[in-house]
Amino acid sequence: MNAWLLLLPAAVLLAAFTHFPILATIQHSLFVTRRNGTSAFVGAENYRAMFEDAVFWKVLINNFWFALGTIPTSIALALLMALWVNRNMRGRAFLRLAYFTPTVLPMIAVANIWLFFYTPDYGLLDQLRGLFGLPAWNWLGSPSTVMGCMIVMVVWKEAGFFMIFYLAALQQLSPDLEEAAAVEGASRWYTFRRITFPLLMPTTLFVAINAVINSFKLVDHLVIMTKGGPNNASSLLLYYIYEVAFTFQDSAYAATLTAVLLIILATLALVKFGYLDRRVHYQ
Amino acid sequence: MNRTHPLEAIAAWVLALLWLAPLAYAFWSAFHPAAYATSFSLSAPLTLENFVRAWNQAPFGRYYLNTVLLVAMVLMGQLVLCTLAAYAFARFKFKGSTIAFSLVLLQLMIMPDVLIVENYRIIAGLGLLDTIAAIALPYMASAFGIFLLRQTFKSVPEELVDAARVEGAGQLAILWRVYVPLARPTYIAFALVSVSYHWNNFLWPLIVTNSVGSRPLTVGLAVFGAPETGVDWSIITAATVMTMAPLLIVFLLFQRQFVQSFMRAGIR
Repeated sequence: MNAWLLLLPAAVLLAAFTHFPILATIQHSLFVTRRNGTSAFVGAENYRAMFEDAVFWKVLINNFWFALGTIPTSIALALLMALWVNRNMRGRAFLRLAYFTPTVLPMIAVANIWLFFYTPDYGLLDQLRGLFGLPAWNWLGSPSTVMGCMIVMVVWKEAGFFMIFYLAALQQLSPDLEEAAAVEGASRWYTFRRITFPLLMPTTLFVAINAVINSFKLVDHLVIMTKGGPNNASSLLLYYIYEVAFTFQDSAYAATLTAVLLIILATLALVKFGYLDRRVHYQ
Repeated sequence: MNRTHPLEAIAAWVLALLWLAPLAYAFWSAFHPAAYATSFSLSAPLTLENFVRAWNQAPFGRYYLNTVLLVAMVLMGQLVLCTLAAYAFARFKFKGSTIAFSLVLLQLMIMPDVLIVENYRIIAGLGLLDTIAAIALPYMASAFGIFLLRQTFKSVPEELVDAARVEGAGQLAILWRVYVPLARPTYIAFALVSVSYHWNNFLWPLIVTNSVGSRPLTVGLAVFGAPETGVDWSIITAATVMTMAPLLIVFLLFQRQFVQSFMRAGIR
């Protein structure tokens, strides 16, 4: 039996939908398609145009704020959830269920539900404001609030997913450490700060890197909530790629933007594998 | 471990209720008349009217069928392709296996989700646009599945393989009778993650489908709920509940397996 024969079916599909598209992305980013359908080599011209494209910088900065807004908060919440669920608290099975459930919902369904919270006048948030006599506010239609709205929703969706990694890590920790600290009379906060949290550091780094990678892929909600608006205030790189390719039909520029995304993801992956390798060495 | 302050317990429960609130709200709105969408009263009558109207206004039956076919097609393809490839990597020593394996792992960092532009071109070139196969194909050779199964296969004891060989089993028979049964927990974990991923997937199916015959539920829901269709809110939530219900029910039934599978999947 030849090993290559076993590999063949998977290799064909991997080549067709991963390796070839990566190379094609790079190739297409160096060409433009003329109006008559012929394509011409333009070198770095598309990249030069990209650097002058204000929207490109806008979505990149948005990606940064989106990551900064969602990741530290959801990691902190995830850790808190895991610490609670890991304890012999009454109803811990229910707590775990409540925290984890948003993870299994389709992003598009989540977006639909939250869309209603944010709807002006009629939506839940504005009804609450009405109770306090505050005027209605167009949450998703205002550049100042739209990103915050997206961030709150994504924190809700993701915290429970990160919780399970902390839960797994906490279950590996020896209970002796905590008991010893208790015997020594250390306060709970001190024990957490000086013992538990440092021991969870590898998990925190692992979750953080994955969360950053994930933040570049999460764009489903934009399609129905804001379409990247108002004035690109909520748009992200992958959504901009989608828009350029399928709304503006500019596949050469879409390839150029994709190349940037690939470079970002490859860099993050190198950080991730570099870090994981190190961890394997130390164990 | 047991020193939980009562205030902490209260905080944990408040957070849990807060976390369930958006979902609870969706169910409230779906099962009550539109007039009660934002007024919460215990006397509000329960109704299935929203579901009936959603079902009649869009071909949700067909969308369900498409999603089930899609999820089944992806999973079947993945199980066969990943099993064969993982077996090759775990059991055979061949020239170039390290390079081949790193080419597989490349897909872990650059997933088909971000290669939408070029993959659209390829699917169009194959003449597969607007088919369920178009949604499924890029995901079938899953690097994640190959990686996970290879790890599991490597832990299969050599004695079992030798015993099977003595009985005259060929390589494929060994795979089928020794490796596959021993990897059952891995298969279950992988299947749960794969099914929930593809049940929920949206952007790629949105790009390659444009008719009722191939659209999965998520895309159908987005088309249905678009503001320009003017469908009222309670009906949209009913459709939203329909979209997430099957997976949610499976999750509630197999909670423990789900959480453990996601954990395995994430840690790799």
